[in-house]
Amino acid sequence: MKILVCISHVPDTTSKINFTDNDSKFDTNGIQYVINPHDEFMLTRAMWFKEKQGATVTVVNVGDASTEPTLRKALAIGADDAIRVNAEATDGFFVAKQLAEVVKNGGYDLVLAGRESIDYNGGMVPGILASLLGFNFVNACIGIEVEGTDAKLIREIDGGEETLKASLPLVVAGQKGVVEEKDLRIPNMRGIMMARKKPLAVVEPVDASAMTSSQKFEKPAAKGAVKLVDADNIDELINLLHNEAKVI
Amino acid sequence: MSVLVLAETSEGKFKKVALEATSYAKKVAEQLGTNLVALTINAEDNSVLYNYGAEKVLSVKNDALKNFDAKVYAGIVSEAAKKENAEVVVIDSSSNGVYLAPIAAVNLEAGYASNVVALPESISPFVVKRKAFSNKAFNHTEISTSVKLIGLAKNSFGVVENNVSGTEEDFVPSLADSGISVESVEKSTGKVSIADADIVVSGGRGLKGPENWGMIEELADVLGAATACSKPVSDLGWRSHEEHVGQTGKQVAANLYIAIGISGAIQHLAGINASKVKVVINTDPEAPFFKAADYGIIGDAFEVVPKLIEKLKEFKANNA
Ligand SMILES: Cc1cc2nc3c(=O)[nH]c(=O)nc-3n(C[C@H](O)[C@H](O)[C@H](O)COP(=O)(O)OP(=O)(O)OC[C@H]3O[C@@H](n4cnc5c(N)ncnc54)[C@H](O)[C@@H]3O)c2cc1C
Ligand SMILES: Nc1ncnc2c1ncn2[C@@H]1O[C@H](COP(=O)(O)O)[C@@H](O)[C@H]1O
Repeated sequence: MKILVCISHVPDTTSKINFTDNDSKFDTNGIQYVINPHDEFMLTRAMWFKEKQGATVTVVNVGDASTEPTLRKALAIGADDAIRVNAEATDGFFVAKQLAEVVKNGGYDLVLAGRESIDYNGGMVPGILASLLGFNFVNACIGIEVEGTDAKLIREIDGGEETLKASLPLVVAGQKGVVEEKDLRIPNMRGIMMARKKPLAVVEPVDASAMTSSQKFEKPAAKGAVKLVDADNIDELINLLHNEAKVI
Repeated sequence: MSVLVLAETSEGKFKKVALEATSYAKKVAEQLGTNLVALTINAEDNSVLYNYGAEKVLSVKNDALKNFDAKVYAGIVSEAAKKENAEVVVIDSSSNGVYLAPIAAVNLEAGYASNVVALPESISPFVVKRKAFSNKAFNHTEISTSVKLIGLAKNSFGVVENNVSGTEEDFVPSLADSGISVESVEKSTGKVSIADADIVVSGGRGLKGPENWGMIEELADVLGAATACSKPVSDLGWRSHEEHVGQTGKQVAANLYIAIGISGAIQHLAGINASKVKVVINTDPEAPFFKAADYGIIGDAFEVVPKLIEKLKEFKANNA
């Protein structure tokens, strides 16, 4: 099994979000970047397939050179090699087209991605990628097993879950649940040393145009101060929720 | 030309998100000066949609479509969009909606904006406002293709009545080969899901242990609410993963979110910012949640919550 894990390079979850250039650009000043948390769960699952079922694991990112430390971290966690498509990730279609090319050239049969990137929150790339490739696609995955070319998957649905069967080649967009939080791997010293020597190929993008473009950003309106209600005056809270907020 | 909306059903009945998406799509059709066509799959009563502005309903009835399949459904949406010459296609953000939309986007060669929270702010260029950075900001996105696909964020527009006289037309689309089969579906019965809930009651590590969730469930029961929790609570196995809310968990866009014993870490708030009214109950006045909340009680959950349950029961009895 040849696995490709799509890694999105995103601001750390504690980041304060600001914009520059007349609110047209994300302010990267002081921002720490991490592997998109959903992708980290999928990468950890890929390690399991590598160790238990002899899969090979490649990680890929579409981005400029500044994303390489994130790919190196994925290598330190245990991926065999990395590919960076040297282009700015403009929109979901553009990124998916680049990834489709990587999948075709590398002959991957299982593509793992996150449910969404926590920065742009598109939830677009995996589905578009699967469609472009003509691969089966499972979204919001919280469990995956593979035997030969048969996969059994659990998908989270509103108010429950469903169990699915699909055959490879397959694109899976997943999240926490494919592995548990406690099983996530922190790169150790040996992993970090080895990652330095692992191959990280830089490839040039194929021609593709974006179908959407970001015009500007906006921060939510500042909210008013909290109204405190005395713990002995629950009636007041109910009154406020009923008459003022009109939510009960 | 037209605007097409997929109006999702569950066991034949329209979901609330379907009525919201239809209400929204009607306004988009008005902006464009065109008609709204709704697409339904195995709906019992299509005429419901005439109340929300659908001038025409394309009705698909087929037992083979009982189980949701993203590729097959996306194929139906695409065929309907082509047949109706749709310029804009609107899909809700249910777990099925976000699954099928990217596939439909490829079929239609449509630019796709997900998590959209408002009507297009201009038609030419076509610009929509969407959530970004896990609710910490918004992005104004231009869709530059001739067909545009909008994923509407839940609870961002509301259900708006708009009575029109409509017609129903049977639609028999060709079905794509799926490649995926559903083995089983498990739904927690009798419980309100976070996705469908107007009110969510959520507990954090301040509740000390899973044995104390009885009062959270009872409070949710009284309010007809869904239950949720912070990430450590699901990581510790006190509650199931389904309930984990936040940047790396579920997004909650409820009318009312009640946080009990939750500190209000930035990653937690990122998942609930889109909720309209937030209430916090916490012993620590310095807890960051007080900065994000609309209403707050500084107090011990083990005293406040039972009182709140009792008072709400009285309130419900008087306002029934
Ligand atoms: C990459 C990453 C992603 C994350 N994603 C998420 C996410 O999606 N969702 C999420 O929730 N967290 C997430 N976190 C974790 C987050 O940073 C916080 O650790 C977490 O939200 C804290 O949970 P808590 O508020 O339940 O617990 P705590 O921080 O321990 O807070 C407990 C609160 O309960 C109060 N309390 C104690 N006793 C009582 C009482 N008797 N009555 C009332 N109040 C009481 C305390 O004053 C305190 O404020 C993430 C962290 C990381 C690093
Ligand atoms: N620039 C990128 N490079 C590689 N993978 C990506 C990139 N952007 C998104 N992905 C993958 O697609 C998933 C969903 O991203 P998105 O559609 O941006 O929400 C992410 O979790 C990644 O697995």
